[in-house]
Amino acid sequence: MRFWKLFARNRSAVMGLVILAAVIALAALASVFFPDDPFRLVGRSMSPPGENGFLLGSDTLGRDVAAGIAHGARVSLLIGLLATTVAVALGVVLGGVAGYFGGWIDDLVMRITEMFQTIPSFLFAILLVAILKPSISSIVIAIAVVSWPAVARLVRGEFTAMRNREFVQACHVVGMGDARIMLREILPNCLSPIIVTASLMVATAILIESGLSFLGLGDPNVISWGFQIGAGRTVLRSAWWVCTFPGIAILLTVLAINLVGEGLNDALNPRLRER
Amino acid sequence: MSLAARRARYVLKRLVQAIPVVLAIVIVNFFLLQLAEGDAVDVLAGEAGSATPEYMAQLREKFGLDQPLPVQLAAYMKNVLMFDLGYSFRHDMPVSELVFDRLVPTLLLMVCTITLAVGFGIVLGLLAASGLNTWRDNLISVFALVSYATPLFWVGLMMIVVFSLRLGWFPTSGMENFAAFHEGWDRVRDIAHHLVMPVITLSLFYLALYTRLMRASMLEQAGMDYVTTARAKGLTERRIVFVHILRNALLPVLTMAGVQVGALIGGSVIVESVFAWPGLGMLAFEALFARDLNLLLGIFLLSALLVVAINLVIDLLYSFLDPRIEVG
Repeated sequence: MRFWKLFARNRSAVMGLVILAAVIALAALASVFFPDDPFRLVGRSMSPPGENGFLLGSDTLGRDVAAGIAHGARVSLLIGLLATTVAVALGVVLGGVAGYFGGWIDDLVMRITEMFQTIPSFLFAILLVAILKPSISSIVIAIAVVSWPAVARLVRGEFTAMRNREFVQACHVVGMGDARIMLREILPNCLSPIIVTASLMVATAILIESGLSFLGLGDPNVISWGFQIGAGRTVLRSAWWVCTFPGIAILLTVLAINLVGEGLNDALNPRLRER
Repeated sequence: MSLAARRARYVLKRLVQAIPVVLAIVIVNFFLLQLAEGDAVDVLAGEAGSATPEYMAQLREKFGLDQPLPVQLAAYMKNVLMFDLGYSFRHDMPVSELVFDRLVPTLLLMVCTITLAVGFGIVLGLLAASGLNTWRDNLISVFALVSYATPLFWVGLMMIVVFSLRLGWFPTSGMENFAAFHEGWDRVRDIAHHLVMPVITLSLFYLALYTRLMRASMLEQAGMDYVTTARAKGLTERRIVFVHILRNALLPVLTMAGVQVGALIGGSVIVESVFAWPGLGMLAFEALFARDLNLLLGIFLLSALLVVAINLVIDLLYSFLDPRIEVG
């Protein structure tokens, strides 16, 4: 409960957590509130919000915008979490190996990381999805490929700083293997900055996903917020609500995750703890 | 060694350091091309509508597509070095020509965006840091947080709804009004008028970034010993902030401006396709729709090289701005 106390000291982080919980609840209960397929045409097209039984209006084909937002929440959260998991795994392995062993491995990994950070990442993600054909898995791969370098750099820094510490030397003395030292001894000691970075990465991943699906690179089988906005932009003049509400959903979700991430940073970062 | 000679050597060293990065980018590009389904001959055959397998094999031999991968890679690198980026079958033009045509509008958009974002970011960060924890600081922080979380394309669309469709202040799309046949200053004014909304949209995210960075940087510098010294000397607070702290706080913001150029290109794809701004990003959007992979890869390669070049320039500028950075 000590952690919760530290976290709750940051009031905006608690607010973020509340919004995030609401988004998660919306995603979980999407099929309860809107049992129909969000792609189904359920009524008069281009109904303004509040008319013809549409809370947030309907789009050009008569699809319910609110249903799309609820079902889209699932896709956004799923892709954000999956992509971050893959990127963190990749970054921890590469950064950990580079920092632990040093030498030429370190040089090699760092050069690769630098190259990936030079490449315009969003354009690279677009290319990857276009080449691999749009689907949830290709989007997850593309986002992970452009986001792992930040984790790798962070983990490498932590591992470099720890590899000569006494507790690690003690592990060597008792004859532990490298893999065990890295995973069981060093990694748990640098978990907090990884958690903070990962939480902020979920937000970035959701933004990248919405950008990709806005450009028409979303998975064609699932509805997503970016797709809704992309589909609604042609009727901006006559039906502003089609673009507006999914955008607010993205904004709130990303904002909430960022706030929670900052709260985690305050609570987990020992240097700031006694502020 | 004289300073000029040391500078020249530093420039040379940085250029040499950039070579492996450029090579790696070219290689990544080549493998992406390999990863894609079908090759140029499939595309050609598809365009032509009828092609016998024998004819396709003949074409492959002609283009060297039957060669082993390393040979193909060498040929590809040779082509890239000569700025031959392949052929866009959709536009019926060499990719390099298409891409260079669209470079200027993108550069215009990016230069204006960086200037606006860095300029306002510095001012806002300064205001926030000097009024730490007052309403001013809180307001600026909330603004930064919200713009940091907003998708660029949505901001663009909302600006079109409000400022173009409702108020009619700015044009919805394009770079200039061709039908009006403006010349000279009228044309410049017309382009500037079209430029306002794309630049503001693209700036928002980076403005938030620079504001937060500038605020943190100012606060960090304010705790340094030289500030205590300046205060002990009896300098006015205004002089300490503007002459002493500001100069030192600017450096990390400038570095960040260089690092963010790559991200800015990604953002320009989105903003250009929202406002139909005829730059590289719009071209990428069109290429995406036409499934024109050659063109997409050409844009990717050029923008990656652009990032390397801009970072090089910023590094060099940096060594002039901060004499403490070792040259040589």
